[in-house]
Amino acid sequence: MLSIGLSMLWLSRFQFAMTTVFHFFFVPFSIGLAFIVAIMETVYVIKKDEVYKNMAKFWGKIFLYSFAVGVVTGIIQEFQFGMNWSDYSRFMGDIFGAPLAIEALAAFFLESTFIGLWMFTWDRFNKTIHCLFIWLTAFGSTLSALWILAANSFMQNPVGYAMNAAQHKVEMTSFSAVIMNRQLWNEFPHVIFGAFLTAAFVVAGCSAWRLLKKDHENFYRKSMKVSLIIGLLACMGSVWSGDTQTRYLINNQPMKFAAMEGIYKNSTEKGDWSLAQGTKGHQKTWSIEIPYVLNILGHHSLNGTFKGQEQVNKELKAKYNKNGETRNYYVPTRTLFWSFRIMAISAGLFGLVAIIGLWFNRKKSQSIMRQRWFLYVMGLMVWLPFIVNTCGWFITEFGRYPWVVYGLLTIADAVSPTSTVASLMFTNIVYFLIFASLGAVMIILSHRVLKQGPDSVTTDGYSSKPEKTSKVDPYEMGAAHND
Amino acid sequence: MTNLQLLWFLLIGVLFSGFFFLEGFDFGIGMAVRFFAKNRDERDVVIQTIGPHWDGNEVWLITAGGAMFASFPMWYASLFSGYYLVLFLILVALIFRGVSFEFRANMQTDTWRNFWEWAASIGSFCAAFLFGMMFVSMIQGMPIDANGNIFGSFTDYVNWFSLVGGVAVSLLCFIHGLNFLRLKTTGELRDRAQKWSKILYPVLLAGEVVFVILLYLTTDFFTKKPVSTWSILIALVIFTLAAWWGAQAKHDWASFIASGLSLISVVVLIFNGLFPRVMIANNSANSILIKNASSSPYTLHLMTILTFTILPIVLIYFIWSYWVFYKRLKSPRAAEQ
Repeated sequence: MLSIGLSMLWLSRFQFAMTTVFHFFFVPFSIGLAFIVAIMETVYVIKKDEVYKNMAKFWGKIFLYSFAVGVVTGIIQEFQFGMNWSDYSRFMGDIFGAPLAIEALAAFFLESTFIGLWMFTWDRFNKTIHCLFIWLTAFGSTLSALWILAANSFMQNPVGYAMNAAQHKVEMTSFSAVIMNRQLWNEFPHVIFGAFLTAAFVVAGCSAWRLLKKDHENFYRKSMKVSLIIGLLACMGSVWSGDTQTRYLINNQPMKFAAMEGIYKNSTEKGDWSLAQGTKGHQKTWSIEIPYVLNILGHHSLNGTFKGQEQVNKELKAKYNKNGETRNYYVPTRTLFWSFRIMAISAGLFGLVAIIGLWFNRKKSQSIMRQRWFLYVMGLMVWLPFIVNTCGWFITEFGRYPWVVYGLLTIADAVSPTSTVASLMFTNIVYFLIFASLGAVMIILSHRVLKQGPDSVTTDGYSSKPEKTSKVDPYEMGAAHND
Repeated sequence: MTNLQLLWFLLIGVLFSGFFFLEGFDFGIGMAVRFFAKNRDERDVVIQTIGPHWDGNEVWLITAGGAMFASFPMWYASLFSGYYLVLFLILVALIFRGVSFEFRANMQTDTWRNFWEWAASIGSFCAAFLFGMMFVSMIQGMPIDANGNIFGSFTDYVNWFSLVGGVAVSLLCFIHGLNFLRLKTTGELRDRAQKWSKILYPVLLAGEVVFVILLYLTTDFFTKKPVSTWSILIALVIFTLAAWWGAQAKHDWASFIASGLSLISVVVLIFNGLFPRVMIANNSANSILIKNASSSPYTLHLMTILTFTILPIVLIYFIWSYWVFYKRLKSPRAAEQ
């Protein structure tokens, strides 16, 4: 009985992780790319240089694929709270449902309506109005991130609520507290900067691949320039917001912080920071350490100490195990530790590549075309943002184990009582196959768009013969026969 | 039951009505891609009629789901967990049809174009069918326990009535899609869509009669609310006849509005029958009621203010976007001339 219960929980968790990670490949990419396309089109409106219009159309096409996949996987997200986590939904609906509904109402309608308008009206509105459409899409997608993160932030750091013990649920007492949650204003900038960074390095990396083939030099060098400027700024923003967020965790979720840094015993004044370490049974087995870095990162000073996981576990036990539970509060340390290192090291890499890239790619120089090794590096880095984004969510979500709502509801109490192992196995396998195929099609299509190059861009229809209709707006075609 | 609870029950009904009116013709157009259009050029036009809109139409479903979660968490939790596999299949169908429009246009071989066209058609059909099946099985009463959990067996979900409901809803969506095509195209496509709906309406009417008989036999709608149930059913039949007449008399607009209203009458029928419950249990003591299923007054109040602020703005640009694409698309043959 117990093992069945556990595996049902495990399968539900796996499903949530899989769908969320897959969904979140496309979300930051779409958000970031919407802004990049909007900036390109804005430059076109201001400079009237056709190359920027082609850039907006060309990268806009890849944006549309990503957006479509993001939309269809997003519906899974919304449905699965009820489908797989019905007791969570009963417990949290009062607070969690509101931002979700507002997200749909305020953000999804905005982005989906205006992306439709943007796609099909290149020749119908004047430039400024058309450009406004993509800005509204970008704004809508950012707004959607804000609302869903407001919901997530409550799970990390519940505020503005009261317990209704009789009905075993939380009730909202202050909407402004939910919106002003400090967790949200740490999380949101980090996610948005991450989104810009993701799209920027994908655009830069794809441009690098095409430059390796000496294809449309002017077009791709300009694309690279725009995206690397955005990428560099986004990288700085990510580091800054990541730093604020991490330091916020020290007091707010000390277990998450201690696991990210791999601290088991309380740290000493020396502030040794593990670059790498091995762990077994809540003990460090080996480590490479650099003195003082921990204090510099955590306290922005050379002095200070941090609580280790052992002590935090003791404190959390004293706080939450009041009815004789034997629960421990350790989190999957290795996952958090390495995710954090991947994130931090990648941030350095992104910054470095952006600076070097902008230097090589400066207007009067041809060095970007000569430094082929660098183009290869940049091309390969297309994949890195997606890994880094996933790492970030691993830290955030694994780091609140065993809670689904911090301090209020455990993951084990959140799962649907009606779920069965058989149905979960089935749905997990089908989802996996669908996601794998969608991912593959996405990659193949984006690759094809890149190969076709900027001359064949058409974002104005669903025609199976792009070459024929690319010049004509399909809705203009019908204009003559309007009755 | 408070006024706010009643208001939100109605609003959920409004959102689902909006969803079925709009996504109804979306599903119909999706089915038409393979079941109606004859060749690739026609399919291009058929898909382009909903090109700028399908995404926004689907948001009505997301909004309805989100609003249900926010205003009636107990309803959302029971319904969504209780219909796990049905909703899973709906999601799969929605995924395939959603990406198909985008992917199809860029396939290089006919095999793959065919694949995504079939994905659009079968996905649209399955989504409409399963939604119909889900709502119809829901009103028959489900084995719900005291905690609101549904432990149903296969026949609770799949039975004669729910199958008829599924077929009726998908047929209704298909005809609604054809009526939309009549509005958005010219020439041959428009004429053929009109011909088809002339033929399909008698079939739909027959289906509606079977539906009413099964509704009478398996639900408590006629005993609990005879007057309103009969009124809505009569309205449904009148809308169907009006749309049929529209097909005969070449009134594209009349047909489209009437088929949309018939879809809405189905939603109204279900919500009217549910009231004052949100989920009907076989053991009536376990039925989930509006008064027990909702969020706190604070949340309902908040949601009311936000919805009545945001929704009107949404409706303005949403309708405007349809107005922008008001023009008809040419039929492929005419386009080549």
